[in-house]
Amino acid sequence: MTALPLILTVFVACAVEAVEALTIVLASGLTREWRSTFQGMAAALVVLAVIVAVLGPTITLLPLTALRLVVGALLAIFGLQWLRKAILRATGYKALHDEASAYLREVAAAKQAAVSSRRGIGDWYAFTLSFKGVLLEGLEVVFIVITFGANQRNLGAAVIGAAAAVLVVTVTGIAVRAPLARVPENAMKFAVGIMLTSFGTFWGAEGAGVAWPGNDAALLVLVPVVALVALGYTFLFRPRPGSGAVARSSEQVVSP
Amino acid sequence: MKRLKSIGAFWYDFVVGDDWRVAVVVVAALALTALLVHAAGVNAWWLLPVCVFAALGWSLRRATR
Repeated sequence: MTALPLILTVFVACAVEAVEALTIVLASGLTREWRSTFQGMAAALVVLAVIVAVLGPTITLLPLTALRLVVGALLAIFGLQWLRKAILRATGYKALHDEASAYLREVAAAKQAAVSSRRGIGDWYAFTLSFKGVLLEGLEVVFIVITFGANQRNLGAAVIGAAAAVLVVTVTGIAVRAPLARVPENAMKFAVGIMLTSFGTFWGAEGAGVAWPGNDAALLVLVPVVALVALGYTFLFRPRPGSGAVARSSEQVVSP
Repeated sequence: MKRLKSIGAFWYDFVVGDDWRVAVVVVAALALTALLVHAAGVNAWWLLPVCVFAALGWSLRRATR
């Protein structure tokens, strides 16, 4: 497999997470204080970079078969979680992720919290809000970067995809100075769920000893089949007229 | 101990998520695939996709009932 599908998958997955992290950072910076917000963001980025630097090369030392079995299983479970949530959102059983309302929720909470200095940080609330937001959203990025990069023995390409996504979202966020509510986040999450599930299934089965018909080319069939099944379920589980099904669960800002 | 528990809960929620049955099906399907390949000599490439689709449908059915 070439590096392009790897870079694109990681790029889209990371862009979604970066958009959510940006919402939290903007809410913290614009409502509270930028200096502490940037300190929190920088601290989280350092932690994430250390995780990639330590785990990435370590995990590639594992034998490829064992790596594919474990990582494939984790990726399939993780991807199914994304896909399940995306289908529930598409069918209206779960509230769509809305960056504008997520931003307003964070701003309201940030305005109520008292200002306190701690450990040399001017506004501890802004620091922790930014730190937690970037770290939690970033952990999903790290998970995807490490699993995809290690399995393809191309951690560099996965890092490039992730870094490009973070850069594009950051630059856009600075330019518009508002949450990126127009990004088709729910559709992107649906697509990422399909990719994670497909790659997880492919690698997991390979790790279990399977020889896919057509080898890597099987992915070219598996991805569309997973997409078709997911779309089929979206159609099948859509609320029937008069059933009264509505989005019945609101969500936290930090969620896949 | 409390911190350890909350770290465990975070990672469980991070990987397994809302429906643990999906994770159980994936792990069981992989174990069965390995068994078929190595013990019976069957190249069961179809088993995991079938189980993944079934697990997703089952989970969605439970969530939308």
